[in-house]
Amino acid sequence: MSRADVLLAGAGRRPNPLWTLGLLRSELVTTVRRWRTLALLGVLAAVPVLVGIAVKIETRGGGPAGGGGEGPAFISQITNNGLFLVFTALAATLPFFLPMAVGVVAGDAIAGEAGAGTLRYLLVAPAGRTRLLLTKYATVLAFCLLATLVVAVSALLVGALLFPLGELTTISGTRISFAEGLGRALLIALVVAASLVGVAALGLFVSTLTNSGIAAMATTVGLLITVQIVDQIPQLHALQPYLFPHYWLSFADLMRDPVYWDDLVKNLGLQALYAAVFGAAAWARFTAKDINA
Amino acid sequence: MAPYESDDAVGAARDEHPRSGRRKAARYAVPVAVVGVAAATIGLVPALADSGDPDLPKISAQQLIEKIATSDVQQLSGTVKISTDLGLPDLGGLENGLMSGAGRGGSGDGSSADPQAKLTELVSGTHTLRVAADGPDRQKLSLLESGAEYSLIRDGKDVWGYDSKSNEVYHSTGAGSGKDREAEPPATPKDFADQALKSVDDTTSVTVDGTAQVAGRDAYKLLIRPKQSGTTVGAISIAVDAKTGMPLKFTLTPSSGGAAVLDAGFTQVSFARPAASTFAFTPPKGAKVTEGKDAPGAREHAPKHGEDFAGGLAGKDGLKVLGKGWTSVATFDTGAKGGLPTGSQGGDLGGFLGSLGDPVSGKFGKGTVFSTRLVNALITDDGKVYAGTVTKEALVKAADAGK
Repeated sequence: MSRADVLLAGAGRRPNPLWTLGLLRSELVTTVRRWRTLALLGVLAAVPVLVGIAVKIETRGGGPAGGGGEGPAFISQITNNGLFLVFTALAATLPFFLPMAVGVVAGDAIAGEAGAGTLRYLLVAPAGRTRLLLTKYATVLAFCLLATLVVAVSALLVGALLFPLGELTTISGTRISFAEGLGRALLIALVVAASLVGVAALGLFVSTLTNSGIAAMATTVGLLITVQIVDQIPQLHALQPYLFPHYWLSFADLMRDPVYWDDLVKNLGLQALYAAVFGAAAWARFTAKDINA
Repeated sequence: MAPYESDDAVGAARDEHPRSGRRKAARYAVPVAVVGVAAATIGLVPALADSGDPDLPKISAQQLIEKIATSDVQQLSGTVKISTDLGLPDLGGLENGLMSGAGRGGSGDGSSADPQAKLTELVSGTHTLRVAADGPDRQKLSLLESGAEYSLIRDGKDVWGYDSKSNEVYHSTGAGSGKDREAEPPATPKDFADQALKSVDDTTSVTVDGTAQVAGRDAYKLLIRPKQSGTTVGAISIAVDAKTGMPLKFTLTPSSGGAAVLDAGFTQVSFARPAASTFAFTPPKGAKVTEGKDAPGAREHAPKHGEDFAGGLAGKDGLKVLGKGWTSVATFDTGAKGGLPTGSQGGDLGGFLGSLGDPVSGKFGKGTVFSTRLVNALITDDGKVYAGTVTKEALVKAADAGK
């Protein structure tokens, strides 16, 4: 065994952490640079603009927004404080737009590479299956955070342009300073991003089942819609606390004073459970399957 | 060893082996194990957390009732979970609409922040409330809704109702201090316990039924049972905090068995002084503010809700009470001959209403009984109403006797 061989064997056994980071960086750049991803982010950024303009037009005559409590959460408070547009936009996008975007990116993660015939090369380029899967999942999670922040920042800009900012009233009726409000908005964005962890793992698992990226995306989004419908059927209430979208809107509890943690903790626990179960299932499938594309 | 042969690649290479099928299948044990562990955790943790009943010095029922009576908790904050299951037909949104409509009553232009309109929602379903109090002048009661909250804040003379969902504010100024507390419908375990203890007399057996842990505090359980037969009330159990004498949990089970009709208990409670900002309220910019009528008007309406639960309806205009104790039946004459438009007379709506009740007849004539799991009401064809926390048979007997 030559000296070089020993070095190489060592590299194979204990891969350089920088190489993992390099893989992650290249994955991130590839994902974000795709036209599809940019279009998804564009749609997400447009939602707060639409909501903001609609509320502005509706309340031009001085009437209250939201028609007496209809529409997404917080919509009637937007006219008091533009910061509420952040919460309204997240409440409007969380049930569907955000998870759909995540489903598209997650579903494409493995199946898209397989469909394009590049999965083999990724594995040959000594990535290792487990490491590649983890990198893919980390990329999808980064996209969850990016998508949420795009909505939040777009909403904050629109809210600042169209509505007054300043001290805000929590939904419990107490007042908090604008700085604390901003802090809570950031916390809410993080919680919303964390709410998508479950659907991301589900999408990744589906993605390891097929070699067609489109099929994986369609299945993930289809599952999302099905689960959302099941979550609305009152006869199935015994099942609902275990469905991943069930506690999604609990992020609104962060706007109570004091914060009501019960449902928030349940939501985060449920997301962690989905991530563990479907992440492990994706690992079992991906490390055992024949890669021929 | 080639560089790309990481541990995973080795596994993949061995997959060529005949035994590889089993190795592949074994990997799926990991997600299955995760599900198993999660299911076990969900099932076991509540059982383990229930660390048995606390050891407390013995106390007599009389001492415990005195403890409640002398309890003087001025400062507290906590979360209350309240579930009501009256067995009303589930009409979904319609029911809610009717309830709030009825709650609004004659006040005309009702604001959605009007306490009367809002708190009648508590009559059905499960709700989470937050309560905070600092002395007799400052209280706050919040009804937690999905993505919104309804708060009723009392700060000195001002009573504010704030509905964050519609961004509407209700404001009234009560003259006296403390008295206006009665204007709020009962929502906390203490409110219900006070109502229940009012009805304790010789028709009731009161015992101490061991101890329990409620909201992480040691509590005595007070069990109130009617001695009479014919009432729909099975038992009332009140968990009383051993230290402060404050009722922490109130459970009313019907004599027909099954789930509790009313279950209100703290899930979290603290007897520290709440932050002053909790009770400070300024209407947010752009909120619609409705000025309420004077508080005495509101006070007149309110106790209705509470007394329904306690079964005592005495002292109302045109209202007579037949019998005593738990089997007392309230009766009043609506004056409307023909009573309720049932089946044959009332057309579609009458048929619908009639189908909700059971037709009965007796010496009093004919009528329709409307049943819930707690309160039964008989509306006779000559327009008399009998209602109480009694069984259908007892109601007919009372109507016969009252004739």
